[in-house]
Amino acid sequence: MSDMQIPALVIDQLKKSYDGVDVVKSLSFTIESGEIFGLLGPNGAGKSTTINMVSGVTRIDTGSVQIFGHDNRQAYRITRCLTGVMHQEIVIDNFFTIDKALKMHAGYYGMKDDPAWRMLLIDRLGLGPHLHKVMFKLSGGLKRRFMIAKALIHKPRLLILDEPTAGVDIDLRLTLWDFVREINERGTTVLLTTHYLEEAEQMCGRLAIMNHGELVALDSTKRLLSRLGGRQVTAQFDRQIETIPVELDPFHPVLTEEGRALRFALSEEVTTIDLLDKIRGLGLVVTEIETRPPNLEDVFLRLTGSINNVR
Amino acid sequence: MSANSRPDNYIPGRPFLTLLHKEVRRFLRVSSQTIFTPIITASLYLFIFGATLGERISVLEGFNYAQFVIPGLILMGVINNSFANTASSLFMSRYLGNIVDLLVTPITPPQLILAYTIAAMIRGLSVGIVVWLVSTFFAGLPWDAPLTAIGMATMASLLFAQCGLVVAIYASSFDSLSMYTNFLILPLIYLGGVFYPISILPEPWGKLSHLNPMFYLIDGFRTAILGVGDLPLWLSFLVAGIMSALLFIWVVFLIGRGHRLSS
Repeated sequence: MSDMQIPALVIDQLKKSYDGVDVVKSLSFTIESGEIFGLLGPNGAGKSTTINMVSGVTRIDTGSVQIFGHDNRQAYRITRCLTGVMHQEIVIDNFFTIDKALKMHAGYYGMKDDPAWRMLLIDRLGLGPHLHKVMFKLSGGLKRRFMIAKALIHKPRLLILDEPTAGVDIDLRLTLWDFVREINERGTTVLLTTHYLEEAEQMCGRLAIMNHGELVALDSTKRLLSRLGGRQVTAQFDRQIETIPVELDPFHPVLTEEGRALRFALSEEVTTIDLLDKIRGLGLVVTEIETRPPNLEDVFLRLTGSINNVR
Repeated sequence: MSANSRPDNYIPGRPFLTLLHKEVRRFLRVSSQTIFTPIITASLYLFIFGATLGERISVLEGFNYAQFVIPGLILMGVINNSFANTASSLFMSRYLGNIVDLLVTPITPPQLILAYTIAAMIRGLSVGIVVWLVSTFFAGLPWDAPLTAIGMATMASLLFAQCGLVVAIYASSFDSLSMYTNFLILPLIYLGGVFYPISILPEPWGKLSHLNPMFYLIDGFRTAILGVGDLPLWLSFLVAGIMSALLFIWVVFLIGRGHRLSS
């Protein structure tokens, strides 16, 4: 089997619990080599725990993880060389400068420093002017850029990015995603989690959505979006609505804009006229109406019942 | 890199050497705390016990008090600093969360332990050498068996470097880290015969002191330097060797399981 035919990551029946609470429940999915794969879910869904089990930071209760065909416990020295991880929390060693820390990090993976690769990472992530600053003097955004460079310094075949754009400005987000696409085109498989669903929609070929430690969806981004079918209709009213009338339940309503609007997910069989007739019948006055195709946020909301933690 | 193996340019041993290099650089970067402060503290002891009391007291026949206390002070520097290096470095990594930088690398638990331990031994023995150099201004030592003395100092630093790793793993806060230091390590050192020969203690304190592992280290080191001591040298080496081996097994077990390092 050639390298490209071996799946980059196979997670099989993975379980983890803390103090009797199941955080990850029999999770199974496969990421093919060369994919950009998104793992989504609300806070506490078990995404980071899963990533930590894959990378070796968290012990696996039961189940297995295979990275390019190698078990990550039996052959951890190989799987860790094949994997680069950027953790969600900022993890740095305050004693060293960016330049020194990057050189050292390659050594942890048994690699001789490759100045050309190191300089490419430094250049593409805009770290050049800050190379000789010690870590604690860096801004949050720079620390995140450094963490991405650190995750890539040993040229991993599987790059794991856990919330890489959390709390960073739009410039860095765009730079980062461009770079991730470039790295992916060079052959690196990417597993990422993000709270920015729009980014996931644009970046990922396939998506897995977790909720309460379980997989609630796993499909290509296109198919996930088409799964809802129909369209989204948002109706604004002349007054605030405190509770959603039960008569509207068949239209899957969600209160938005602090109760001044309702968003509906209409199936293909239902027309907007049907909806407006029902609303008028309830004595509500619509002041504005907007129709659009469903996006990932709608899918996410439908599958997890939560949108509070995502943007 | 082939997906079926480690990188083509993988250099075995490099992860270990990198971590060792990093650990040595870490304590050198803060050498004012890690090297010079212990030297100043030891120098103050030397001044008190060497320049002021050294000529006036004798607790061991044929030697003045300065000559008696200097081997103990050298070893105290070695032990304190070997312990402090691993304890603070590993605990800080746990506390700041950057231990995950090591957990995701191919470094094996024995490599991790050896890198931390050897770096701590380098710091401990460096402090010991400088304390000895400073002590030459106060009293000369006969150096009866120099290689044995070096061997005993090395054993002591090895043992307490690993002791520091155990403490770093079990400590849950800076408070508990200093509790281990203040309520376990320091009493063991001070009651282990740095400042007095155990043989002059009344019973039961003399016999109780034989339960203190520090006594074997300090007495062995002093015997190697002065040529006289309370215990045969082989016994000191045996106790130090057994304790080092047991601690190493314990640390390998803890770090191998990721105890309090991974969740």
